Amino acid sequence: MTEASMVIVGGGKAGARAAVAFRENSWKGPVTLISDEALAPYDRPPLSKAAIMEEAEPQPVYLLDEGMMASLEVNFLRGVAATAIDRNAKTLSLADGKNISYDRLLIATGAEPRRLSQAGAERALLLRDLADSAKIRSEFISGKSVAIIGGGFIGLELAASAAKRGCHVTVIEAQPRVLMRGVPPDIAARIAARHAEADVAILTSASIAEIGSDRILLSDGREVPADIVIAGIGAAPRIKLAEEAGLALDNGIACNTYLQTSDSYIFAVGDCCSFPHPVFGNERLRLEAWRNASDQAIVAVENMLGGQKPYEAVPWFWTDQYELNLQIAGLPQQGVSIVQRVPKEGALILCHLDAEGRLVGASGIGQGNSIARDIRLLEMLIGKKAAPDPALLADPAFQLKSLLKP
Amino acid sequence: MGQWIEVCAAGDIDAEDVMRFDHGGQTFAIYRSPDDEFYATDGLCTHEKVHLADGLVMDNIIECPKHNGRFDYRNGAAMGAPACVNLKTYPVKVEAGKVLIDTGA
Repeated sequence: MTEASMVIVGGGKAGARAAVAFRENSWKGPVTLISDEALAPYDRPPLSKAAIMEEAEPQPVYLLDEGMMASLEVNFLRGVAATAIDRNAKTLSLADGKNISYDRLLIATGAEPRRLSQAGAERALLLRDLADSAKIRSEFISGKSVAIIGGGFIGLELAASAAKRGCHVTVIEAQPRVLMRGVPPDIAARIAARHAEADVAILTSASIAEIGSDRILLSDGREVPADIVIAGIGAAPRIKLAEEAGLALDNGIACNTYLQTSDSYIFAVGDCCSFPHPVFGNERLRLEAWRNASDQAIVAVENMLGGQKPYEAVPWFWTDQYELNLQIAGLPQQGVSIVQRVPKEGALILCHLDAEGRLVGASGIGQGNSIARDIRLLEMLIGKKAAPDPALLADPAFQLKSLLKP
Repeated sequence: MGQWIEVCAAGDIDAEDVMRFDHGGQTFAIYRSPDDEFYATDGLCTHEKVHLADGLVMDNIIECPKHNGRFDYRNGAAMGAPACVNLKTYPVKVEAGKVLIDTGA
């Protein structure tokens, strides 16, 4: 009998965290990490920010380097895609012709940027990996015009980075405002105002007719100068491997609360999967977020080793633009009323309460890490399904921490 | 051993809280535990150099505000990924209502 083997497909944040988690859980058997990228797992949040803005040529920020993988005895297969799963034989086929047996398989294939369909779309740069980031950086030359299609997190982070490098930036957003998905209007308005201060033009309710060689033509006849075009219009879960293996799908690879797919030997984590969230009435969510990738990896690994741990971490996102930090915890869109909290001058936190007065979301914006502590406490209160007194939430002198004490 | 440097009045830090203290080109985090002891560590997270004083103190743990790396501020011990490298700690004492730190400088 061969030794039971744990196999991870995907060398991003989730896959890397899972590899470590097996050893943290005292798993002594083989762990194999398969990545279709040439590099060891590296951190992606800097790719739209520091890696583009900093003077020095960007270097990957490794999550797991060679030395760590050696000491953890992780068998790392780089630059090779997993092409098929044979669920009966419990083997995984790789693009280089190898087959790998698994006892439990973790799919952490992430998401990939959606592409534009308009004429000229092939000119639009996309951002997913380090090479994409390096390419964008090399194009952001002072004085060039940059048109960014999509006013979401990636589009706006790249807009701030382009402005920092002296480009003339226009953001083209189809919706009536930026950050329409999941960010409340008051918070989004502050981000938009900060971009205006940096001379970044934001065009909302704008649709694209055609992407030309040096400009973008909008449906209403306006023209946007565009030496460089970038599309940041969302991401689609990478599900091909799961789909061809016949695993259940539902906006990504469908998992149960244990992050187990429809095949009990196969688990999925990170941007590629959806799961029911017990804190939010088991609403099925798919999250594209750094911390979710990490937290899910920890829970899935425990369950792959025989645990029965539901995934119930409260969703949490952040973005850094200019000197501002925006954070969202929970699901603000589930709220029906908002309580404002101003922890310090220039910072704004919104507490989102549902019809029963339960805290379901918190969103905030401020300089540096000025909102981090309060958002973290609100996140914990959301996880406890707390219904705090709105008057206390609104009082900046009130210590939120005291609500967590028994 | 270096010399003792005055940080603040003991009452300036709440129990189970942290404050930033900059001195001699270095930045420190000064903690007051729930049982009223004072501690000091390097001010920046060993993971990505974020100021820990913006983070959350729960019991004897400081959590980094950026990536939730956690440390036991009493001895600087990193509590697991992404915090893998321990924080350096410094001697602290309270005299005549003042918090003093020995930065070793």
